[in-house]
Amino acid sequence: MKQVQKENDPQISQDVSNLETVGNIFSDNAKMSMRNVNVFYGEKQAIHDVSLDIGKNEVVAMIGPSGCGKSTFLRCMNRMNDTIDTCRIEGDFKLEASDIYHPKQDVVALRARVGIVFQKPNPFPKSIYDNVAYGPKVHGLVNNKTDLDEIVEVSLRKAGLWEEVKDRLTAPGTGLSGGQQQRLCIARTIAVGPEVILMDEPCSALDPIATAKIEELMAELSQNFTIAIVTHSMQQAARVSDRTAYFHMGKLIEVNDTKRVFTNPEHELTEAYITGRFG
Amino acid sequence: MMKNESNQNTHSAEKPSTIELVNKNLTKRYRAEKRFKAYGVTAILFGLACLVILFSDIIGKGHSAFLQTYVYLEVNYDADALEITDVTDPQQLAMADYSALVKSALREQFTDAKSRKQRRNLYGLVSNGASFTLRESLEENPALLNQTTGVWVLADDDIDTYYKSRGDNQADAFIGRLNPQQVAWVETWIGNQQLKKSFNTTFFTSGDSREPEQAGIMGAMAGSLFTLLVTIALSFPIGVAAAVYLEEYAPKNKLTDFIEVNINNLAAVPSIIFGLLGLAIFIGYFEMHRSIPLVGGLVLSLMTLPTIIISSRAAIKSVPPSIRDAALGLGASKMQVILHHVLPLAMPGMLTGAIIGFAQALGETAPLLMIGMVAFIVDIPGGVSDPATALPVQIFLWSDSPERAFVERTSAAIMVLLAFLITMNTAAIWLRKRLERRW
Amino acid sequence: MDKKFLDRHISHSFDNEIETIITQILEMGNIVEQQIVDSVKAIISTNKELAQKVVQVEDDVDMREVRLDELCTEVLACRQPAAFDLRMVLSATRIIRDLERIGDEAQKVAKMAIRLEKKGAAPAGYEEVAHMGGLVQSMLSSALSAFSQLDVTLALDVAKADKKVDRELKSAMRTIVNYMIDEPKSIKRAMNILSALRSLERMGNHSRNIAEHVIYLVKGLDVRHSSIKEIASKLAE
Repeated sequence: MKQVQKENDPQISQDVSNLETVGNIFSDNAKMSMRNVNVFYGEKQAIHDVSLDIGKNEVVAMIGPSGCGKSTFLRCMNRMNDTIDTCRIEGDFKLEASDIYHPKQDVVALRARVGIVFQKPNPFPKSIYDNVAYGPKVHGLVNNKTDLDEIVEVSLRKAGLWEEVKDRLTAPGTGLSGGQQQRLCIARTIAVGPEVILMDEPCSALDPIATAKIEELMAELSQNFTIAIVTHSMQQAARVSDRTAYFHMGKLIEVNDTKRVFTNPEHELTEAYITGRFG
Repeated sequence: MMKNESNQNTHSAEKPSTIELVNKNLTKRYRAEKRFKAYGVTAILFGLACLVILFSDIIGKGHSAFLQTYVYLEVNYDADALEITDVTDPQQLAMADYSALVKSALREQFTDAKSRKQRRNLYGLVSNGASFTLRESLEENPALLNQTTGVWVLADDDIDTYYKSRGDNQADAFIGRLNPQQVAWVETWIGNQQLKKSFNTTFFTSGDSREPEQAGIMGAMAGSLFTLLVTIALSFPIGVAAAVYLEEYAPKNKLTDFIEVNINNLAAVPSIIFGLLGLAIFIGYFEMHRSIPLVGGLVLSLMTLPTIIISSRAAIKSVPPSIRDAALGLGASKMQVILHHVLPLAMPGMLTGAIIGFAQALGETAPLLMIGMVAFIVDIPGGVSDPATALPVQIFLWSDSPERAFVERTSAAIMVLLAFLITMNTAAIWLRKRLERRW
Repeated sequence: MDKKFLDRHISHSFDNEIETIITQILEMGNIVEQQIVDSVKAIISTNKELAQKVVQVEDDVDMREVRLDELCTEVLACRQPAAFDLRMVLSATRIIRDLERIGDEAQKVAKMAIRLEKKGAAPAGYEEVAHMGGLVQSMLSSALSAFSQLDVTLALDVAKADKKVDRELKSAMRTIVNYMIDEPKSIKRAMNILSALRSLERMGNHSRNIAEHVIYLVKGLDVRHSSIKEIASKLAE
C-alpha cells in the first residue's frame, strides 16, 4: 500500500521537475498530439515538458489542483494564449499532420478546427439564432439563409437545446438559464464544424442538473468530436472521460484510462489528489 | 465544563457582559450614524438650493424676453411718399422709404410734437425695424398701396422695457431714458390699447443687432450648431479610433504609458490654452479665416478629444473579456471581434462620454474668444466657413451691453443654452438606457 | 425490472451500466440455479457427466463474479452513485458473492455425486436431497425474481422458506443418522449424502441473504440478523 498520508505537505511541495509522466501518453489514433511542451509566463514556467495525445473521438479529462497548468495547456491547444503578450510556448502541437504553431498556420483557420467552450457561459448579447450563426458567418461557411437556418437547427439539436428554444430563436441568448446558455455556447462552437472541442471547466458555473445535462451532451458529442476537457471536479472527469490526465505543478504526472485512474492510479500524487489528501 | 460555567459567572459579576457594553455604546453609534447621514443631506440640499436660486433668477429675469411689445399704427401707404410708380417692380418696393410712412403716422397721431427734437423723440418710440414690417406687408399685398390700414409694428426697446415693467400701475414703470413727453405719449397708447405684447419671434429668428428689440439668437445658435457639427465629426471618430488602438492593439510599454498620462493631462488643460493653440496653428499657420465655425470646431475637438478617449477606453475596458474570448475562440479575427462585439457593447458608454464632452464644448466660451468668434455678426451663418458667433459668446456679448432690454435677452439666451445642455444630457442618458436595454 | 427506477438518469450511459449489472446478475443467477438443479439430479441419478458439467460451469461463475465486481467498482469510482443507485451497486456486490457461494456449494454437491458414483449409489436420502434441492432451487429462483422485480413480499417469502429448509435438513439428518445406525457399513456413503444436504441448506441460507439484499435495495432497511417476525414488522412500518 502506498503511503499517501505521508505525502501531506512537505513532500508535495517538493521539486517535481524530475518526475516522469507515468501511464500511457500515446493514443492509437491520435487527433492531436503534443510533445515536450513548455509554457512560460514571463520568467515563470507554467508547464514543464508535457507530452500528450488526444485520440480521435476520445474524451480526455485534465484534472489537477488550481494552478497546475491544465487550463494553460488546454488554451495552448487552439492558441488562445496568443493574446497574452508575456506567454511563451515551446514544443510541438500537432493537429493530425499540421503544426499548430507553425508560422504559416493561420490562427483563425485553426480555431475553426479546434473550438473552445469556456468556464462561464458567455453567449453574445445577441439573439439565440445569431449566436449560433455567428461562427458560420465569420468563416463564410454558408451562402444563403436556408443553409444557415439548417446549420443553426442542426447545431442546436446536437447541443440538445433545439426543443427548448425553437420557438424563440430571436430571443436574446443571455435570457436563457445558465445551463441553457452553456449549451448554446456549445451549439455555437459546433456550428463551425470543428474536429476538436476544448472545454475549459464548462460546468463550474452550473447547478448539478445543468451539469448532468452537459455531461450527457459530451457523451453524445464524443461520437462525432474529439473532446478535451479541463475540470476541477474529479467526479466529473470520472463520469465523462475515457482517459484522464493528472497535472501537478506544471507537470503531467499521470495519464491513464479513467477507470484505471479512479480505481487504481499508478502514481501516488494522483492517488493523493483524487482521494482528497491534498489539492 | 462546570468549572468553566462558574468561572464565567464570577467573571460577569465583576465585569459587564459583552451585550451590556454593546448596548451602552449603541445609542452613541446610532447618533453618529444619523449625523453622518445628515452631512450628506445638507450637502445635497445646499446644492439644490443653489440650483433653485440660479434657475429662478435666470427665469425671473429672462422670461419676459420671450414677449415683445408692438405698437398699433394707422399707416397710409402713400405712393408719393414711397416714391413707388409701379407696385409690381420689386426694385422699387425694396428701395422705398417706409420709415417716412411710420413717421407720418406718428406725426398724425401726436400733433403736439412740434420741434425737431420732439419729433425725433416721437420717432424714437418705434423701432426702426418697423419699416421692414411695412415693406413685408406691402410686398405680400400690393393692393395696400394708397390705402390706410392698421399695422402692428415693433416698439422701441425703451418702450418695451417701460410697458413690461409697468403692469397695471404706472408708478412701477421703469422709465430709463424716456422723457416725460414720451411717457405721456406711451400712456396715450396704453389708454387707446395701441400697445400689445405678443410672442417674440424675432428673438428666435434674427441674428444679433445693436437694437435689443431686433436682436435674436438665431445667428448664435446656427454658429454653435456648425461648430458642434465640426466637433462631433472630428472628435468622435478620432477619439474612438485612438481609444480602440490604445486598448486593443497598443503594446503595454513606456511609450503607451507616456501617451496615457498625457491624455489624462490634456483633459485637465484650461480651455483657453486650446484657444491659443487654435489661434496659433489654424489661423496663424494654416491661415484659416477668423471667426468661422470650422476653426471653432477644430479647437473644441482638441479640447473634447481627451474626454472622449478616456471615456471610450473605459467603455471598451468594461466589455467582459469572456465575450472577446468567445469570439476569438470561434475564429473571429481581431478586427471582427472589435467591430462585431467590442464596439457595439462599448457604444452606450462611449456615446455617453462623448455627449457629455460635446455638451461641455457647446458651453465653452474662452477658446472661441481667442479665435475671434466674439465679433459682432448680424448675418445668420449658412455654413462652417461663414463668420459666426456661438451661444455662450452671444451671452457674454449681451451681458456686456448697456441697454436695459439686453438684460432679459441675456437671461433668455442662457435659458436656451441650458435647455440645449439639458436636452443633450437627457439624450445621453436615454441613449445609454436604450442601447443597454436591448439585451 | 420495475421501470419506475430506471431510465431516469440524465446520463444514458449510467443507465446502461446499471442495466448491465442487473442483467448480468440475473444471467449468473440462472447459471447458478441450473447448477443446483444439475447437481441434485447428478446425485439422484448418479450421473457423473452431469456432475462434471456442474464443476466445469463453476469456472464460468467465478469469472462472472470477478467481472461483475469490476463493473461495480467502476460504477462506484466513476459515477459516485447515491441513494437507490448506491444501494443497487452495494446489493449487487453482495448478491454476486452469495451467488458465487451457492455455486461453490453446488460444486461440492456435484463432487459428492462424483464420489458416490465411484463408491456406488447412495444408500438413502435420495428423497430428502431431491426435496431440499427443489426447495432451494425455488428459493433462489424467487430471490432472483424478487431482485429483478424489486418485490419485497416475494423476498420475505424467500426468507420464510429458509426456515422450512432448516426443518427439512433436521428431519433428513435424523432419517440418515437412523439409517447409519442400522447400516454401519454404508456410513461413509451416507456421510456424503449428509454433507450434500448441508450444502443444500447453505444454499438456502445464501438465497435468504439475497432476499435480504433485495429488501435492503428496495427499502433501504438492513434486515440481516433479524428474525422473520422482525423483518415483517420492519417492512410493515
